[in-house]
Amino acid sequence: MSDLMDLYQEVILDHNRKPRNFGPLPDADHEAEGYNPLCGDQLKVYLRVADGVILDVHFDGSGCAISKASASLMTEAVKGKSVEEAEELFGGFHELLTGDPSVRGEAPEKLGKLAVFEGVREFPVRVKCATLAWHTLHAALSGDQEQVSTE
Amino acid sequence: MTTDAVADAQIGRLPVALAVEEIRRDFPAMELKVYGKPLAYLDNAATSQKPRSVIDAEAHWYLESCANVHRGVHALSVRATAAYESARQKVASFVNAASAREIVFVKGTTDAVNLVAGSFARGRLDPGDEIVITGLEHHSNIVPWQLVCEDRGAKLRVARLDDRGDVDMEEFARLLSERTKMVAVSHVSNALGTINPVERMIELAHERDIPILIDGAQAVPHKKVDVQALGCDFYAFSSHKMFGPTGVGALYGRHDLLAAMPPYQGGGEMIRTVSFERTEYAEPPARFEAGTPNIAGAVGFGAAVDYLERIGLDRIEAYEDELLAYATAELEAVPGVRLIGTARRKAAVLSFVIGDVHAHDVGTILDQEGVAIRTGHHCAQPVMQHFGVPATSRASLAFYNTREEVDRLVVGLDKIREVFGG
Repeated sequence: MSDLMDLYQEVILDHNRKPRNFGPLPDADHEAEGYNPLCGDQLKVYLRVADGVILDVHFDGSGCAISKASASLMTEAVKGKSVEEAEELFGGFHELLTGDPSVRGEAPEKLGKLAVFEGVREFPVRVKCATLAWHTLHAALSGDQEQVSTE
Repeated sequence: MTTDAVADAQIGRLPVALAVEEIRRDFPAMELKVYGKPLAYLDNAATSQKPRSVIDAEAHWYLESCANVHRGVHALSVRATAAYESARQKVASFVNAASAREIVFVKGTTDAVNLVAGSFARGRLDPGDEIVITGLEHHSNIVPWQLVCEDRGAKLRVARLDDRGDVDMEEFARLLSERTKMVAVSHVSNALGTINPVERMIELAHERDIPILIDGAQAVPHKKVDVQALGCDFYAFSSHKMFGPTGVGALYGRHDLLAAMPPYQGGGEMIRTVSFERTEYAEPPARFEAGTPNIAGAVGFGAAVDYLERIGLDRIEAYEDELLAYATAELEAVPGVRLIGTARRKAAVLSFVIGDVHAHDVGTILDQEGVAIRTGHHCAQPVMQHFGVPATSRASLAFYNTREEVDRLVVGLDKIREVFGG
């Protein structure tokens, strides 16, 4: 049962119940859609970017607790950051979920709250749920209008 | 004593009701543990576990009869051919086909539907013609028809579902017209468990001389199927959903229809004579079995038929009906659970949602409890759209499942409410 509690940490459950920055962003200048066909998670990320800085970011859609909480925490993490910093966070987040912890060591400090997703690495089929929002963010930032799919 | 003799002796001692504990001992997977907990396998609509007799039959073929079929003069090839054709005979008897030559071995139900769509329906479709299906079909009984419709400029018409997950039969009847060139319906819905009134559907189609294919993948593990009594033109099913190996299935086709159909694929086995100018095709079923078939799989398929017939499908159906009634009552009693699909006649499939917890989270938490269910859209996205849910959790039961396993599902659901509140 401890594994399960590692996965569904209180922060994750809270962001699932009350997702932050949820809903469309009316004056968005970047957006992209992400889809996880395995479980039907579907979300849209909206961004307002100026001079290489993410001024605002929202998301909406439907999905499991992991994908929703991940999207919600992502919006908090990248708001106000430069595009470069956001992409770096994505790299660190991805490494947290898929990298070898014996090589990586502790979750890097710069991930902040995002470290709550560390437990997901024990649930390989759920890694895609946690990274969907980030892949979608990346697509929105790189102007890739194609729908992102985890498969 | 041989395995069969032991099984026969066991069955001989069985009372009218199913001796589930004895049956469970036939299935090695029932001994498995996940996360240190006994496995409760409730994902039978995805695939079923295999009895030892099926696993042994396949291994035995590889150990003692492995040779190609229909083309060798040597002893092993003769033995392999006999085993393969004997499996065909068993499958034919299993669905009461008039003859074994009405059984084509295919990869599975999907392959069978594609065969009929490509070799039978395609040639009968003109622009403006229609194919009728229902709203509860699996993607494998939608997409092959869409492909031929696109190719021929024909149209796919869909009889919608009502709120319980039954096909609206008035609409189904209304959709059949002089433009309808093919009807394809599921016998049992994989996502909802609905048992379609296929007898009536076949009658309605035949009143207008429309050929009809029944997708029986979810029906054959649960109830006795008699293709002659049904009177359907085609009946498609998979071995792996009825306790046989994966990668093999059967298409039943009325012999006169099969005999008039062009080949599905070209290659060895399906020909009579070949020259560079012209090829004469073999008679069915060989015409539709190009290349070396899944011989070991077919042999295992035959062993699965033997196994089911020893247990008796009437008893299986009665046991599962009772287990379904129990599971339905138990799930309905869990606060926040809504069953998706409450058709008048159902096979032992329970699709549900619990509060606003996403199915994927339900699946993960149950998995930690050792309870295996399916979550997602079950390859039936239109069904999910009909009920306005992105996904459901689905417990699908077989005759080796027990009330205790259903109870463990319910305990798992309580845990979900604990984690997610509500």
